[in-house]
Amino acid sequence: MSGVRVLVGTRKGAFILTSDGQRRQWDVAGPHFGGWEIYHVKGSPAAPDRLYASQTSGWFGQVIQRSDDGGRTWEAVGNEFAYDGVPGTHQWYDGTPHPWEFARVWHLEPSPTDPDTIYAGVEDAALFRSADGGLTWQELSGLREHGSGPNWQPGAGGMCLHTILLDPADAARMFVAISAAGVFRTDDAGKTWQAANRGLVSEGIPDPDAEVGHCVHRLAMHPSRPDVLFMQKHWDVMRSDDGAGSWHEVSGNLPTDFGFVIDVHAHEPDTIYVVPIHSDSEHYPPEGKLRVYRSRTGGNEWEPLTDGLPQAHCYVNVLRDALAVDDLDPCGVYFGTTGGQVYASADAGDSWTPIVRDLPAVLSVEVQTLP
Amino acid sequence: MIRVALPAHLRTLAGVTGEVSLDVDGDGPVTTGAVLDALERRYPVLRGTVRDHATRRRRPFIRFFAGEDDLSHEAPDFPLPDAVASGREPFSIVGAMAGG
Repeated sequence: MSGVRVLVGTRKGAFILTSDGQRRQWDVAGPHFGGWEIYHVKGSPAAPDRLYASQTSGWFGQVIQRSDDGGRTWEAVGNEFAYDGVPGTHQWYDGTPHPWEFARVWHLEPSPTDPDTIYAGVEDAALFRSADGGLTWQELSGLREHGSGPNWQPGAGGMCLHTILLDPADAARMFVAISAAGVFRTDDAGKTWQAANRGLVSEGIPDPDAEVGHCVHRLAMHPSRPDVLFMQKHWDVMRSDDGAGSWHEVSGNLPTDFGFVIDVHAHEPDTIYVVPIHSDSEHYPPEGKLRVYRSRTGGNEWEPLTDGLPQAHCYVNVLRDALAVDDLDPCGVYFGTTGGQVYASADAGDSWTPIVRDLPAVLSVEVQTLP
Repeated sequence: MIRVALPAHLRTLAGVTGEVSLDVDGDGPVTTGAVLDALERRYPVLRGTVRDHATRRRRPFIRFFAGEDDLSHEAPDFPLPDAVASGREPFSIVGAMAGG
């Protein structure tokens, strides 16, 4: 029988939650790397027992961990993320030039075909690649050296490259998103990049044609339709139908269009999920009700999904990497909260059950569908 | 042999319990830099966790002590006191306190 493995990164360690295809009974393992911030854990699609984890600490810096047995045992691999050449400066919060300084790895994106190839999105924003299973890392510096680089500014959480989408139909094409620079696209495997923010409108940016400066929180793509992208921006839920050539808003009837996560149903490319958050100054759900919103029309028309979720006195957040879907039928949807709950739905969001309630604040959730 | 006391998270990362003992190269005085070089040679997993890969500077929330002497701001060629150089006392790598 098939099963799922949910990989949870938290403020105080990693947890691995496993279940069979019914997704009713769960085994909880962890914490791995207790006491460390685990920004992201992700498995290789090409070899599901190969996992990578970003382990980080304000005291001790960055560690990358690798497992070849589905997370039972781990080995620290390379942690040297050296910017290519003289890194130069970006803008600081006050608009002054600030040197590029590596802080941490926010997101790990393994290749769909090679277990030893993996991309890392880091703060200060840059994209790195390893072709030897994480032992060594090389920057794809064409991104940081994009002409707009000196104008990039950090979001409140730092200047992080947090989203990496690999086009399953074209190995040379990928999309990344940076807070608060925006979306960038490459068609030549990372040598050169184009800013891809046309159509985004952001409060505080008076120029409607600004090439960069948008606080993009998350991108999502269905693998069958790589030209269609969805975005949760700081404010606004957006959609592109031309590979990020242009964007249009699909927030529709959402109670608020601020939020962090967005993802696409595994089998229905026009079914998407977001978790609306009241505002950028409050960072909790509207009315104290934790609601996932689902659109079956690729945006604009949204329905609240509440069955099993707290509908009173709930003031958690759901961070940008903390929602994921499995490949089973019906599609499973999972998300983690800053209150330490990980919720699962085995019916595409119609109903929810907490797998765990009291983990440390959840930073990331990924799901593997196992044979 | 130089004795080095690591903070708990780095002991876990290095897979050790208690202090570690290191042979430090060179005929001259034992320095902080030489101890850190020897530590990273013996435990490559600690590279980048105590000092920056590129600049070799101490990470901001790490402190170095020899007995009661705070050596955190000394240069890498600062000679360690005899008590540490002789192994009577440990060279302590400490994570800055946090909490409240």
